[in-house]
Formats: sequence, structure tokens, C-alpha cells
Amino acid sequence: MSTLLEVSGVSVSFDGFRAINNLSFRIGVAEMRAVIGPNGAGKTTFMDVVTGKTRPDEGHVLWGEKSQSLLKMSEAKIAQAGVGRKFQKPTVFEDQTVEENLLMALKKPRGWFAVLAYRPSEHDLEHVVELAKEIGLSNALTRKSGELSHGQKQWLEIGMLLAQEPRLLLVDEPAAGMTPAEREQTTAILVEAAKTRAVVVVEHDMEFVRRLNCKVTVLHEGAVLAEGSLDHVTSNQDVIDVYLGR
Amino acid sequence: MQRSFIARNPSVLLFLALLALFTLVVTVLSEGFGVGVISTSFVKTLGKTLCLCLVAVAMDLVWGFTGILSLGHFAFFGIGGYMIGMWLMYERTRLIVVQSLSQAEIPPTPTEVVDAIGNQIFGVVGSSEFPWIWGFADSLFLQLILVVLVPGLLALVFGWLAFRSRVAGVYLSILTQAMTLALALYLFQNDSGLRGNNGLSGLQNLPNVSAPQSVVSLWFFWGSAFALAIGYLLAAWLVSGKFGSVIRGIRDNEARVRFLGYSVEIYKLMIFTLTAMIAGIAGALYYPQAGIINPAEIAPIASIYLAVWVAIGGRGRLYGAVIGAAFVSLLSTWFTGGQAPDIQLGFYTIKWVDWWLVLLGLSFVGVTLFAPKGMGGLVDLWTARRTPNRHGADLGPDAGSLREAEAKQ
Repeated sequence: MSTLLEVSGVSVSFDGFRAINNLSFRIGVAEMRAVIGPNGAGKTTFMDVVTGKTRPDEGHVLWGEKSQSLLKMSEAKIAQAGVGRKFQKPTVFEDQTVEENLLMALKKPRGWFAVLAYRPSEHDLEHVVELAKEIGLSNALTRKSGELSHGQKQWLEIGMLLAQEPRLLLVDEPAAGMTPAEREQTTAILVEAAKTRAVVVVEHDMEFVRRLNCKVTVLHEGAVLAEGSLDHVTSNQDVIDVYLGR
Repeated sequence: MQRSFIARNPSVLLFLALLALFTLVVTVLSEGFGVGVISTSFVKTLGKTLCLCLVAVAMDLVWGFTGILSLGHFAFFGIGGYMIGMWLMYERTRLIVVQSLSQAEIPPTPTEVVDAIGNQIFGVVGSSEFPWIWGFADSLFLQLILVVLVPGLLALVFGWLAFRSRVAGVYLSILTQAMTLALALYLFQNDSGLRGNNGLSGLQNLPNVSAPQSVVSLWFFWGSAFALAIGYLLAAWLVSGKFGSVIRGIRDNEARVRFLGYSVEIYKLMIFTLTAMIAGIAGALYYPQAGIINPAEIAPIASIYLAVWVAIGGRGRLYGAVIGAAFVSLLSTWFTGGQAPDIQLGFYTIKWVDWWLVLLGLSFVGVTLFAPKGMGGLVDLWTARRTPNRHGADLGPDAGSLREAEAKQ
């Protein structure tokens, strides 16, 4: 399988504290990957590096078929290249309707002039309706997203990610604070998305990871501790020590 | 979504209609063209108020919608005033000089005319040389371009430096305030080329116009009303579509917008520059009505007032900014003009000229704490009454659940 994202030898330190230590990671074009690890393992920092929020001290982050370096690009450029990110806390634009949120995320030119001249076409509006259906918010299109429940906001954010049509989805704890039924639907959305693109899910909840049924990367102290199927990594002695030894 | 712009924003049409009605009523009641109930000086006050409303709309765009608390927009307003003031002063002085020199036996050379104008304008700061910034002062057309160009360029350069380094929030406010203060202090110097603390004066006298002030004041009043209408329309159009979504997104969560692939810095820069230009235009209409501009007008306190108006009026909605600016500035004129009656407390007399600022400060704190939507929020009370509310509906989904009235028992 061809590689979409390759992170090699990346280190990040904040005031002397090494949040990420010589981390290497790669993911294919259409692959689901769960990243687990105890608190402070560097999961969020890893996402920050890939999305351009944090510049690593050393290492490479290469993207796509042309192996383009992401380190020189701004956050906006990286997002335009096809990296979508979902934050841990649901961050939707609460002051705006579900429809406006989704329209803003739709894959369209991002320049201010193009945005100024933009008027949603029939096709765009249909696309938004389809997306809303997919995330179970068909009836809420005209509602302010601030009125939605926690789980619905999470879905809306996933819907916005899908609207961006990214090639790589970085999802931070998508199931946090969800009911079991909501979790199931979230799993279904993510599994469906992973058929056509790369999805990286950061999650604490083992049960959720098991349901994703994918390769797992365990991070610890900013480096990869183990990688493989969930059963493989959970039987790894190092992983047991890290998780249970604390 | 496919309906026309006005249909989607009925408040814009309502606003324009009210503005047109207001303009008409003032014209009919004025001394210049009407029955003379409203004095010329009050027409000027109203015209100036419209300009303040326009700069408040600009402030609302940049602060209420994009979330950049700029404390420098009144500086752009002042710059616009200076730019038009330079031409007004130059041209009027030229006419006087030409007339007085025409008495001379030998016709004056162009250089002599320019020197005499320089002497007239800059004598007050002990100079007679034209500084380079007056290079275009003889051309109305060029100075009118400078009205938008100078504030725009200043905002562009300043914004580019600030936004590129990701300066945001309170630090940006401080930075804009520092810029404003630096500009004001610079202009206070006699050798700044703009007559130091004397400023530019006599701006109400238009060169080559023999019409009385009662008529001229109405021209400017109409001009200000027209500019406000256009500015309001432009602002409403900007914030209505996807562009509005993006800038409100920037206000609420900048990082999220960035990760959606929008370059936040460019958007901020665009809005900052555009609103600076609008402020420049407002200033260019304001100062010929005020008659005088000096560096004190640019002092940071003016920009703070601007923020206070927008906050009291209600930020994040355009008519809120207009209401706030109009209400507070007219009230301020009333209180500080000595028209408000003093309050005798026996042991102390409250003179509003001194106490108005205290009242304004308290109401600002009050609005911020208790009515963050400002005066514009009152409109919500009215619209909420027209939309069906949920009172009287079942409290729960089951058929057997209590109704609201029952639940109260």
C-alpha cells in the first residue's frame, strides 16, 4: 500500500520537556489507525505536528505521493492539502446554524475573494443535506449548532471534516462523552470514512478501539512503544507495564 | 438561501428606509431648505452623528464580527479628516492669497503664490515651507484618493506585521492603542507638517462655494447619510454570506477556522484594512462639518469611545452599532453642551459636564455585565414575540406528560 503520511524521527520539546521523542509513524492512503497511550504520551502533540500547529525540533513529515514536506507549510495550507482535524472538545461554530457550519467546511476555494463571491449552488446544498443525513442531523440544519447536544456537536464536527474531503482524518477522542448508541454510530461513520481515506483515531477507550478493528499504535513518553493488532499490543509486556504500572 | 439579499436580510431594508425618512425629515425641518425648525448647527451635529455611525459600523465589522478589538480606528477616522482638511485649507488659502496679491502692481509668480500660501498656513507654527506631505494638497482628486489610501496602507502594514506574528486579543488592542498614541503624539509636534496642536481649521468653508452654511451643512448631511447607507449595505453584504460565516468563525474560534483551511491572517488583514478605509471616509465627511481637526481628536480615548458606543449599541449586529453611536454621541452632546439640568443635592451640585463621563463609564460597565447584547438586544425582545414560543406545549414526549400549566400547580 502506498504511504500517505510519513513521520520520521520527529522530536518536540517544550522548555526542555520532550513531548515527542524521535517518533516515527506512517499510514497508507486508505487505512484506519488507532493511536492509544496514557496521558502525556504525546498523542495531541503528534497531531499538532502533523497539522502544523507545532514545529518539531527535528525530523521529517512527508505527505502524499510527491513526499512533500509539511513542515514548511502553514496550518491553512496543510488543511487545504487534505489534512482534516477533529479536536478533543467538540469545536463547532456555536453561533451559526448547522448548515452554515457545513457550508463553511465544504471543499471550495479558501481565498477571501473567492469566499466573498461564493453563493451556494443547488449541488452544494444537496451535498450539505446528504452530509447532515450521514451524521444524523437532517432535522437540525437550520438550528444553531450551539443548541445541539454534546454528541450531536461531535457528529457535526465529524460532518464538517467529511465535508472538507480530506485525505487524512485526525480524530481526537471522538467518542468522549457519548452514549453507547452514539458511539456505535460514530464507529460506523469512521469505518465508512476509512474505506476511502486514511483515518487516525486517538482514543483512551479500549472498547471503542476494539470496535474500530484496526491496527493500533501505542505511544509512550513521546515514542512508539508497540504497533500491531489490538490483541497483539495488549499482550505486549511493555504496554501492560505502561498502562497498569501507573 | 437562493432568495435575494434583501429578502434574507429584511433589517437592511428597514434600516435604509428609516435612514431615508430621517434624512427627509431633517431636510424639511432645516433652515437651508425647509421650515427652519432645526438650526444649522444642529444639522451639522446630526450630520456628524451619521459619520460616527458609519465609523461605528466599521468598528462593529472589525470587533463585533471578526473579534479584533482595535483601539485605532478613530486614528484612521482622523487621518481621513486630515487628508480632506489639507485640500480644504490649501485651496481656501490660495483663493485668499490670489485675491490679495491681485492688488499688487506686478502679477505674482506661481512660486510667490505658493510661498504666500505656505506663510499663511504654517505661520502659526513658525514656518513657511510646505512639508512633503502637502505635496498633493492642491488637488482635490488626489487628496480624496488619499482619504482611503493612507488609512488603508497604514492598516495594511500595521495589520500585516501584527497578524503575521499572531498577535491577538488584548495584546493586539494594546498594540493598536500604542499606534494611535504614537500617531497623535507625532501630530502634536509643530514640525510634523500638519500644524501641530493647532490642527487644521476653517474646514467648514468650502472653496469656490458661495452657498450659506445652512445649505452646505445639508449637503454634508446628505453626503453622510448616503455614505452611511452605502457603508451599511456593504457591511451587511459582507457579513451575510459565507464570508460572514468565516469571519464570525474567526471571532469564535480562530484555530478551528485555520484547520478548516482558511488563512485567518489574510481575512483579518482584509477586514482590518477595509474598515480602516471606511473609517477614513467617515472622517473625511465628519471634519468639514466640525470645521476643525487637531491631534487631540486622534488620541486613544476617541477610539475607546468608539468601542464603548459599539458595546452599548450591541456588537455583532450592524444596527446595534448605529444605534449605539447615535444614541451615546447625541446624549454626550446634550450632557457636555451644558443643556442637561444640574442636579442639586443640597450639599453638592452634580454638573453633568463633569459627571457625564462617570455616567458613561458606569453604563458601559452595566451593559457589559448585565446586557451583553447591548441596546440592539432590545430588538430581540420584539422579534421573540412574533416567533411562536414553546409555552403551553407538553413538557415531555409522552402523551401523558404534564402540560406547563398543570406542572405549575
